[in-house]
Amino acid sequence: MTALDDRDVRVRVGAAHAAVWAALGTVRDPELDEPLTDLGFVARCEVSAAGHAVIRLRLPTYFCAPNFAFLMVADAYDAVAGVPGLTGLDIRLDDHFASEVINRGVAARQGFVASFEGEAVDELDTLRYDFVRKAVLAGTDRVCRTLSGTGLNPATLTLGEVPASPDLDRLRARRRELGLPAEDGAPLLLDPATGQPVAPGDAKRHLAFARLTRTSMEANSGVCRGMLRARYSLTEEEEGTG
Amino acid sequence: MYEKDGEKYFVVDAHTHFWDASPDNWVKGQEEYAKGWIECFHAYQGLGPKETHWPIDRFQKYSEELMMHDLFEVGHVDKAIFQPTNLRQWYTNGFNTTEADGAMAERHPGQFLVNTTFDPREGDAGMKAFEERVKRYGCKGVKLYTAEWRGDSRGWSLKDPEAAKYLEKCEELGVKNVHIHKGPTIWPLDKDAFDVSDVDHVATDFQGLNFIVEHVGLPRIEDFCFMATQERNVYAGLAVVIGGLMHARPKFFAKVMGELMFWIGEDKLIFGADYAIWEPKWQVEGFVDWNMPGDDELSDFAPLTVDQKRKILGLNAARLYDIDVPAELRIKDPENVEPVGVPNS
Repeated sequence: MTALDDRDVRVRVGAAHAAVWAALGTVRDPELDEPLTDLGFVARCEVSAAGHAVIRLRLPTYFCAPNFAFLMVADAYDAVAGVPGLTGLDIRLDDHFASEVINRGVAARQGFVASFEGEAVDELDTLRYDFVRKAVLAGTDRVCRTLSGTGLNPATLTLGEVPASPDLDRLRARRRELGLPAEDGAPLLLDPATGQPVAPGDAKRHLAFARLTRTSMEANSGVCRGMLRARYSLTEEEEGTG
Repeated sequence: MYEKDGEKYFVVDAHTHFWDASPDNWVKGQEEYAKGWIECFHAYQGLGPKETHWPIDRFQKYSEELMMHDLFEVGHVDKAIFQPTNLRQWYTNGFNTTEADGAMAERHPGQFLVNTTFDPREGDAGMKAFEERVKRYGCKGVKLYTAEWRGDSRGWSLKDPEAAKYLEKCEELGVKNVHIHKGPTIWPLDKDAFDVSDVDHVATDFQGLNFIVEHVGLPRIEDFCFMATQERNVYAGLAVVIGGLMHARPKFFAKVMGELMFWIGEDKLIFGADYAIWEPKWQVEGFVDWNMPGDDELSDFAPLTVDQKRKILGLNAARLYDIDVPAELRIKDPENVEPVGVPNS
């Protein structure tokens, strides 16, 4: 192998690694609505010169809920499997009471019910969408907080009237996932369960629940991050292992 | 009793444990789970101040002397309430049983209240044993862990008809405080294990009982608060909130306390240190010193008063458990205070 070939391989592997990492960055903890890569849940991410990807996932506790754990591993598999040029994919969850069942089920492309035979009656779509609805509520609070002091009244605004921001983009994306209106003319406040606009008289209560939902999700995220750090003796910077 | 700046606080630690998770107590073939459980608890301890962290061997099994010291000599606790978690599937003699707690309580008269537990999967024999424990230890409360594994079962629901029979028995025996601890598994596994709708169900059906949801329903604080606004006999156990957030995540601690005061109110928040996960000393002292920061994001929430902290640290639990509070530690003319909340339009 010449030095030039060697450099080509390094560049190619580097690009593949970046693509795999980016794919993992699109996978969210469904409960926390944050990417696995930000949460420190990716313990290892390697791509060999031959294009074989090895990924190891980890969670804050041995007993984290198996349904959410399954979703994360399956979603990570799907996201990385879509990266062009990979020749193989070995993705596993470590250090979890249901690791074996989950890893086997995901590798065999089985669903949740088949993987947890006798212990589950349904796939996880309902659970997932319940949590996307929570993410919509939490996102509503994030967007509305930025409006305080602007004189804009969230109760009467459309999405197009809200100043552009990453939080607004995220809110629109979550609403699209649920099939809820996300275009400029759609109301800022809507009931994520029904898609109906929130009546102005109910706006105060709706916003209070949005705030509460955000607090709950962010507090959970804080606990999970702290637990992961304690479990693996990490510093804050080490959470995002590249 | 804790005294700071001339103010006195009667402290009821409503959530404490005397457990044995040492390897000698691990069930053969279940070692992974027994080890996983205690290591998970140990990681929670990591959320407290560094100087309060224990080495794992002490954490697996601590002495009675150490517990008495940590709670009553330096921890400011006046009364502590034992909350058992059996886990006999993983621990030969159980993890933290009514019997172990009760024996310790009897060696230290007047300092502990002993709660017991039930498991609706234990049927008639379980019912008989439950009644005997209640009478033997004078229990006024139960602690229920709905995620407990039993054989192939991964947990149970308060909505199960068998659970209703036990709750009827609680009413009959005067076991009026039902502490509920949600965990990560239930059957079927595709449902959200932390869902609190089963608490809502029984709180409606059993108006004579108080339902204290431990760790305020974390990780479902929002569902818990929503449910608690509809049910007047639902309370919030603060274990994990103070221990897990006050030091590690002060900003979220402030937000969560704000939400709890807003939705649940000062009369329904119950302090519990969750020993030996966290020692009570730093939690009591820290909570008395803490107040709502003057932050824009927290502008919906008022600062806590001394009397509100008194209620949370002990007087609320004393009311639920009929604990006699010395006259000088009571609040003069206490009022029931409704939470701020947002009424339905």
